[in-house]
Amino acid sequence: MAGSTPASATASASPRPLTSPWSEAWRRFRKHKLAVVSAVLLGLLILAVLFGPLVWRVPINDIDFSVILQGPSLSHPLGNDDLGQDLLARMLYGGRISLAVGLTAMLVAVSVGILIGAIAGLAGGKTDAALMWLTDLFLSLPQLPLLLLIIFLFRDTLKAIVGPELGVFILIVIIIGLFNWMQVARLVRAQFFSLREKEFVEAARALGASRFRLAMRHILPNSLGPVIVAATIDVAAAIIAESTLSFLGLGFPPDIPTWGRLLFDARDHLDFAPHWALFPGLAIFLTVLTINFVGDGLRDALDPRRVV
Amino acid sequence: MTQYLIRRLLIAIPSIFGISIVLFVVLALAPGDPFEELATNPAVPPDVRAALRQSLGLDDPVHVRYIAWLTSMLRGDWGYSFVSRIPVDQLIVQRIPTTLYVIGLSQLVALAIALPVGVYAATRPYSIFDQIANTLAFIGFSLPTFFTGLLLILLFSIYLDWLPFVYRTNIEATGWRWWWEQFRQSIMPIMVLGLFQGAAWTRFVRSAVLDVIRLDHVTTARSKGLPEGKITMRHVVRNAMIPVVTLVALQMPAVFGGAIVTEQIFRVPGIGSLLISAILANDTPVIMAVTFVFACLVIFFNLLADILYGWLDPRISYR
Repeated sequence: MAGSTPASATASASPRPLTSPWSEAWRRFRKHKLAVVSAVLLGLLILAVLFGPLVWRVPINDIDFSVILQGPSLSHPLGNDDLGQDLLARMLYGGRISLAVGLTAMLVAVSVGILIGAIAGLAGGKTDAALMWLTDLFLSLPQLPLLLLIIFLFRDTLKAIVGPELGVFILIVIIIGLFNWMQVARLVRAQFFSLREKEFVEAARALGASRFRLAMRHILPNSLGPVIVAATIDVAAAIIAESTLSFLGLGFPPDIPTWGRLLFDARDHLDFAPHWALFPGLAIFLTVLTINFVGDGLRDALDPRRVV
Repeated sequence: MTQYLIRRLLIAIPSIFGISIVLFVVLALAPGDPFEELATNPAVPPDVRAALRQSLGLDDPVHVRYIAWLTSMLRGDWGYSFVSRIPVDQLIVQRIPTTLYVIGLSQLVALAIALPVGVYAATRPYSIFDQIANTLAFIGFSLPTFFTGLLLILLFSIYLDWLPFVYRTNIEATGWRWWWEQFRQSIMPIMVLGLFQGAAWTRFVRSAVLDVIRLDHVTTARSKGLPEGKITMRHVVRNAMIPVVTLVALQMPAVFGGAIVTEQIFRVPGIGSLLISAILANDTPVIMAVTFVFACLVIFFNLLADILYGWLDPRISYR
């Protein structure tokens, strides 16, 4: 607070005069040591996946029969698979897909969740009851079997329309997103119910704000805290879902080395080449773990009901 | 209580209908024709094909087909597998005991981990034990089941050579040896699922117990001089279980997802691996039926959770 004159001695003694909500959240987040460490690790992982292929220029499908199933060495830091392809290059490439799927599926889930939650929370009455019945129905759907069923039924058509990689990507992202919006919808609805009776919303309504404006400008921004937390966890859930599909051999086409796909290929060679399974498995585990810890830290930081 | 039960049952029925509609809509929207095989067969002339379509009702409007499909499902006529030509319901009846056995035991393992650890951690919040348990729980549910499965195989089957990693149905032994072999081969699938669920539940139990332990009736119990163990067991745990039951019921779809993965890793002959092999073989009747069975199982366990809920919290069943 440079340049301001303290009004009294007590005012200047106060350790944090005027903090914005975001810096307050940051202060709380920093207290969660594991969350901070996880955020740094996750950042490093993302950087490695984004810029790694620019530095490590080994092609992902360079077949070399002299190094089949070899463990980590200087020329191939993470070893090779059964065709002698370099695992580091393949994992960097696969990481891009895993993270992209996780983030995009989360965006789909959060958009659908906010939309449904907001409609239910604003409308109330019968609309609300119907939408909540839908939410409960989706919560009790067996997700993995349905995911497999839908991919089995629609894969070939989408592949034919937009090409194998993009087609499967769109399909997986949309389906995972459509199976993960329920938590967000419930949170948003609960927030809308409690916030729409608050005085500031009443004031805005009295000034003649439309329902849309009320929702977008006044209620939604105030209910974002828990949504951000849920969104973080959703990224982890989506990454696990995509890896599970690939691990079952039903995700991306075989020539695209996602982390789950690498594990799927590696499981028949566990006895000779454990490194092949260990590295992608560790990558999935680390990503999910750090995202979960960051989510936990964000919960401490953004949920005002929590006393830290 | 009876009235509550009946009400719950009545609520479960629309959910089953809802799920059957979702399933059928997915199938109806799907591109591709079940008659593709016949279409490419030159021995079948087009007019025979059209007549066949007509007789099977394939050109009827969607809702007529849905009702026909649903009534035959309800009558127990689930069709034949395209691949093995065995009635689908027989296939599922053969496979389902193994799945239920593995899932059931793994839930018991999860409970045996989560209850003591969660309660103990919550009665000593922020102690060293609590922090270690919490971190381990986080690691536990961040480890995907397919990776834990591979890690266990690597450790116990390949390095230590203690346990078999392929589940066999035809064990050549009788009496105690059969039971022993059966036990040995199911340890790993059960542990993979149990550890994953146990980790998640530990966090639920801990936070629920933490919420209850602050309440006034616990202070009252303490101030009238009850021993601490009795307070925890009688006054805290029962009340804390109420939210836990809800959360566990919400986890059921994830449990079945995990079961599919574990069955696939360890080649357990349950309905999960049946589903995967059916998908890989384009065996539509089996895929539909297994998905429907999974949906019914989820609803059944939700119903069970509701019953448990009514028993734990009598206020609900009296309402």
